[in-house]
Amino acid sequence: MNQTSFIPEFVTRKSFIELDGRKRAQSLFDDGTWRELVGPFDRMESPWLPLQGIAPQFDDGCIVIKGKIGGMPAVAIALEGAFQGGSIGEVSGAKMTAALDLATKDSEVGKRTAAILLLETGGVRLQEANLGLAAVAEVIASVLALRPHAPVITLIAGTVGCFGGMSLAAGVSSYVVMTREARLGLNGPEVIEQESGIDEFDSSDRALIWAIHGGEQRVGMGLADALVEDDAEKIKATIRGYVKADLRPEYRSQLVELYGDRIAALDTSEQIDPINLRQKWNSKTTGGLR
Amino acid sequence: MEKIDFDYPAAKRRITKKAHVGVVGSGDMEVLMEPAQSKGAHVSITTSVDGFQDSWKAVFDRFFSKFDGAVRIQINDAGATPGSVLLRLEQAVEVINQ
Amino acid sequence: MSKHIGLRGRVWFQALTGNNQPTSEDPGTVLATEAQIGEETALFLCVVPDPSSRFPCVRDGQVGLEEAFTLAHHLRRVIAEDREKPKAKKRPVIAVVDVKSQAYGRREETAGIFFAAAASADAYASARMAGHPVISLVAGQAFSGGFLTHGYQANRILAFDDAGIVIHAMHKEAAARITRRSVAELEELGHEIAPMSYDVGDYAKLGLLYKLLQVDDPQHPTTADIEAVRHDLIDAIQDARRGASDLRNRLQSEAAKQTRKAGIAVRAALEAQWQNS
Repeated sequence: MNQTSFIPEFVTRKSFIELDGRKRAQSLFDDGTWRELVGPFDRMESPWLPLQGIAPQFDDGCIVIKGKIGGMPAVAIALEGAFQGGSIGEVSGAKMTAALDLATKDSEVGKRTAAILLLETGGVRLQEANLGLAAVAEVIASVLALRPHAPVITLIAGTVGCFGGMSLAAGVSSYVVMTREARLGLNGPEVIEQESGIDEFDSSDRALIWAIHGGEQRVGMGLADALVEDDAEKIKATIRGYVKADLRPEYRSQLVELYGDRIAALDTSEQIDPINLRQKWNSKTTGGLR
Repeated sequence: MEKIDFDYPAAKRRITKKAHVGVVGSGDMEVLMEPAQSKGAHVSITTSVDGFQDSWKAVFDRFFSKFDGAVRIQINDAGATPGSVLLRLEQAVEVINQ
Repeated sequence: MSKHIGLRGRVWFQALTGNNQPTSEDPGTVLATEAQIGEETALFLCVVPDPSSRFPCVRDGQVGLEEAFTLAHHLRRVIAEDREKPKAKKRPVIAVVDVKSQAYGRREETAGIFFAAAASADAYASARMAGHPVISLVAGQAFSGGFLTHGYQANRILAFDDAGIVIHAMHKEAAARITRRSVAELEELGHEIAPMSYDVGDYAKLGLLYKLLQVDDPQHPTTADIEAVRHDLIDAIQDARRGASDLRNRLQSEAAKQTRKAGIAVRAALEAQWQNS
């Protein structure tokens, strides 16, 4: 054996998925440039959970970090997937919307401030139902208000993935970044099985789940922009690239004629083959693994 | 859901830092540890699992038998075991001792 | 109640526009027409059940792929046509809402229904931000992803004060199962916790509605009922034109200041802490 030691990359690689929401958000920023806003010490909790005997969380499961990424102003808003499935309640939704709106306000007067949404979420918190749903509608509105002025980047790393109403927030973002482990869809497999039967979707079929909702599929079919490894340094670099990029001339969710035609061309007589769909829809050669 | 409070007046050592540790996931808890406003330490627990007052007291009696900081401790708990609780408290102490 | 699913939407679309059929280019699940409202022409949109839809999972009035892109198509057409017009001349958009839910299907998930829904929400929001008054009339059910896709980006929301109106994140049985409660327990919780209630009177307490409309039988409106609702829609359009093109009004009503005070407080705290970084 020669003296030069070869350290396999997986030994030095730092997993991003193993980090909690707070550490994930912090890891995206230039060293020493960030601080948390309305964090746990401010104790702004859900007023609705204790009424139902459910322990709240001091930050209501939403972490807002402001600072610089690649030298440019940015705000990261992370949902903590381990608390109530990362679901949106009155307070967590308001934190996300307010942070987006403040980024818009700054951007409109010349201080372009990108927003990164770290979405590990099942969608609306059922224990807050209509305030959660209303909050999701407001998040979508606020993403759309910021998007013309600064990049809005959705990052989905797993293991919860991004489901429910918050998948629309991903859908209207400037960019969507996913790992292979991550999933993105409106309805999760259990919900489909429950509502439409096991023949429609067998939620125990893991291969099927990732074939339809997984990061590789979403990037492959052109509904997400970048597939990244579970590596904190690489994810940081990918996000930095999007924060610094020029604004897009148009956004995927505006391409109604293109996608309307694609839907019209679908053969619905059977289930749709995901690999086949990738071939039909992905006209790009870029968007691969970073 | 229960709210449980304890006081440890003998814990008088002045503390200057604060710590936040943990996530309120199933079987887990979070803790805020800060300098106390008054002399002695004060603990407030909000827990979704009822009926474990004695268990909580035992954990904190044990914790304050070794720790003498005048801290205010606040906990949101979703069913952490005594072992997990002590672990979280120790993690918080590490941060305030840095 | 379930027999009314999707019927009230068509009833009110017909009552307000004189039309209840899709255009020849549109799928059978979307009604889109321009009709007079007051002194001006508005785009009316509605999603309805179509048992012959080529997508099996939308046949009961769910909002799926075709529905989302058809809505978006009409909205973007109107935005483009009115682009050079002054704000006061931008055509109103009126979403008549009676949707059971989003579509729950494998075809839909495979083809990216999350994205179709996003495209529709984008189009509705873009109309609003461009200065078109966007008004939602909840004539029946408004659930979850269906409402996010069709109606929840409106400047103003109106709903009938009637047991047949349900606005919520998830149907009772599914919500009960997921939160591990009985349906009876869930209903009980709704009495104390307004955001969890299935009752439109409780929804009104959240401060999100412009007006609760009193109509004896929304399933069978009289001529007088229709005229009254038309008048309410005109009011809403004018109110929308006077206000901002964002959704801030949803935090400004007296009801919102009460029921949404935690959200309002956290917004204020964030703004206060934002400045010094």
